[in-house]
Amino acid sequence: MADLTSNFAGIKSPNPFWLASAPPTNSGYQVNRAFEAGWGGAVWKTLGGPIVNVNSRYGALSYRGHRVMGLNNIELITDRPIETNLKEIRQVKKLWPDHAVIVSLMVESNQQTWHEMVKRVNDTGADGIELNFGCPHGMSERGMGSAVGQVPQYCEQITTWVMEAAEIPVIVKLTPNVADIVPPGMAAQRGGANAVSLINTINSVTGVNLDTLVPNPAVNGRSAHGGYCGPAVRPIALNMVGSLSHHPEFNLPISGIGGVETWRDAAEFILMGASSVQVCTAVMKHGFRIVTDLTTGLSKWMDEKGFRTIADFSGLSAAKLSDWGDLDLNHRVVASIDKEKCIGCQVCYIACEDGAHQAILLSKNNGSRIPVINEECCVGCNLCSLVCPVDGCITMVVQNPSEPARSHNQYLAAGEEPIGNYPRHTAQIPS
Amino acid sequence: MLSPEQIDENFKDIKPPLSDDHARVEANRCLYCYDAPCAVACPTHIDIPEFIRRIGTGNVVGAAETILDSNILGSSCARVCPVEVLCEGSCVYLDLDAPAIDIGRLQRYATDHVIEQGIQVFEAPAEKSLGRVALVGGGPASLACAAELGRLGIQAVVFEEKPEAGGLNRYGIAPYKLSNDETRQEIQYIQNMTGFEIKTGVRVGRDVSFAQLEQEYDFIFLGVGVSDSRKLGIPGEEKDGVVGATEWIEELRKKPLHQTQVGPKVIVVGAGNTAIDAATEAARLGAREVTIVYRRGKDEMPAYEFEYELALKDKVRFQWFTQPLEVLGNGRVEGLKCHRMQAGSLDESGRPVPVPVPDSDFVIEADTVIKATGQVKHNFLSEIKGVELQWGLVKVDENYRTSNPRYYAGGDCVNGGKEVVNAVYHAKQAAQAMHRTLSQGGK
Repeated sequence: MADLTSNFAGIKSPNPFWLASAPPTNSGYQVNRAFEAGWGGAVWKTLGGPIVNVNSRYGALSYRGHRVMGLNNIELITDRPIETNLKEIRQVKKLWPDHAVIVSLMVESNQQTWHEMVKRVNDTGADGIELNFGCPHGMSERGMGSAVGQVPQYCEQITTWVMEAAEIPVIVKLTPNVADIVPPGMAAQRGGANAVSLINTINSVTGVNLDTLVPNPAVNGRSAHGGYCGPAVRPIALNMVGSLSHHPEFNLPISGIGGVETWRDAAEFILMGASSVQVCTAVMKHGFRIVTDLTTGLSKWMDEKGFRTIADFSGLSAAKLSDWGDLDLNHRVVASIDKEKCIGCQVCYIACEDGAHQAILLSKNNGSRIPVINEECCVGCNLCSLVCPVDGCITMVVQNPSEPARSHNQYLAAGEEPIGNYPRHTAQIPS
Repeated sequence: MLSPEQIDENFKDIKPPLSDDHARVEANRCLYCYDAPCAVACPTHIDIPEFIRRIGTGNVVGAAETILDSNILGSSCARVCPVEVLCEGSCVYLDLDAPAIDIGRLQRYATDHVIEQGIQVFEAPAEKSLGRVALVGGGPASLACAAELGRLGIQAVVFEEKPEAGGLNRYGIAPYKLSNDETRQEIQYIQNMTGFEIKTGVRVGRDVSFAQLEQEYDFIFLGVGVSDSRKLGIPGEEKDGVVGATEWIEELRKKPLHQTQVGPKVIVVGAGNTAIDAATEAARLGAREVTIVYRRGKDEMPAYEFEYELALKDKVRFQWFTQPLEVLGNGRVEGLKCHRMQAGSLDESGRPVPVPVPDSDFVIEADTVIKATGQVKHNFLSEIKGVELQWGLVKVDENYRTSNPRYYAGGDCVNGGKEVVNAVYHAKQAAQAMHRTLSQGGK
């Protein structure tokens, strides 16, 4: 039986699923409900100086009828009095001694202010502190949030200040609004942080209202860019978690964040190097109840795969992430359509014909709608198998290698030009 | 006796309109197949995935444009087409044992939108200067042809004997599929958009001669459909209470529903789609016992399976292998004497020939007998000079031109009685052929 208990940089929780610092962790009432539902931990909505929010705070991306593929917000840190938050944190911690309560902080960039804030949190009994160096909207205009996270030097400096006062583990939350996630991550490490969490939200405009012509979300005829999250950002987050976790000089635990909705997503983040996972958007859409799928799904999958603890599989896939130049140029796959499963939609045909490499032909058999792969032209790009609506109908079949595995970098090292073992474009413009 | 309210309730829309949200969800389920089987199955080849995609993106007017460009009667077809055996019956989702896309109702959603809002989806030339065409009969074939001619800049005049145009859409379709108001609105809409004329109460051959039309018009389009219900050819057929199915349905559609008296015991002879319509309508009007008698078995039933199931839902009883012999009664129907049949050897079409079971006569009590064993062809067609007939139907070439080059024809008078969508296809082909000829200055 899989053991889901988590010890993340010394922060213990019954499972690795934490609520991210966001509206679902705005109050003791909510965090208490979340723990009742089965969440292992919660990162309290960021505390800081007093702020006022606008109304109309969220915008969303829908895709073909699916609501909230992506969500963006222009909400700031907590707008509740700091004393109230600290009191509730104390209460919740008393009620749930075995669950992780982490307090997110963001104050102005001044050593004294940080020290005072960290000390107040030390006194609450909270299990850890998360530094919000990621919020990309509003607070960043005031020199906080991502304005810190984007500059490794600031990132390191403030982390150092915090570590001077902290008595509990400190996590630095990183912003994805950078060209490369490694420098800010390394800065947090140099500053003495116990762990990092990523990603925070991405700069975004979710859309434009075609009647009013105001971008979303509209505040009295204007809008502002917001922070993007939800399933749409997951691939970006996975890449960033992966590139930091398999960096040879980076050795802090990572709490993975970014569009986690199901146990599968959580497993992917852990495989890419996370050892705890934070969730926000899915809860904003479906409520705290989704955690039971996360725990049971992950636990059953771990049993199936023979992983006993989270540590058993954390980072296994990040290790398989390499530079493009190290990929085998002689690896060859060719699409294959399962005639029994094919429903004849011909979506693969038009995708390949117009969008890829003209390697799928319509059937010449009268009445048959099962397309035919032209193996001579197939470059093994995967597109057909990705657009096919039937699971397992189009598979990419690995061909027996005609040449030994050899990468671009290996060719270069040998002073040779890479050849490539696949067909080149042949279709001609009709004359 | 059912109250008028109960009868109206019984006849309400069997495929009610989709809400905006339902349409969006359903449209987004469509896989947007390439060279989609649904569009191939549609006799008018509406680009179904395209119009559904447009609904999904909120481009509902564009969706209606796609539909009406291929099928100007897309609104009535959305309601009366046997989608279960055409577009929806070809949906690839069925291969996954998932429900087909609700194409009919999505089509209705888009066409209702433009008809209700009066949005014209394409422009027709105001000047109809290319030529003049008379269209005989005001049913789907002529209306579709006239609209297409209007779009092509040809003046079109529809001659309809009855007080209103629409043909079977107005007088023949079951009201729970298509109402009188919906028919009127559709005709008004396509008339406004394409610009053609309808003359009702005019019977060609009586009020105006074919010769006159030939003088005044470049071409004549025959869209006259088929004629009266076929006789049973058995004794007692003239008794009160024996009616033809199409005539009975026409009466039903001429007045408020509750004014049609039916009943309590109704027999419908025949098992085609019209028989099912008549049986279902009788049941919905309050008839307590409705029996369909058919001389062959269920496997040979010409009605669509989904129509059969509709009748079962309305508690219609099916009496297979039953041949009517005589209508009994003293002036008025009291019963139908029948005998039992059994499947014999196979005929040329591969169907078993029904043969009587000896000494099997029996009587089914009835006060109404509705004859639904097909319709006869129009006699007057044989009088039009140079228009060849075959089995009473008008012979046409691939352009729906008859053997008399001045005459075109389409719809039931050509195919003997199929769907509205088939008539629309014929009509469009004919209109385009006339346009090609007129553009080249010929007749």
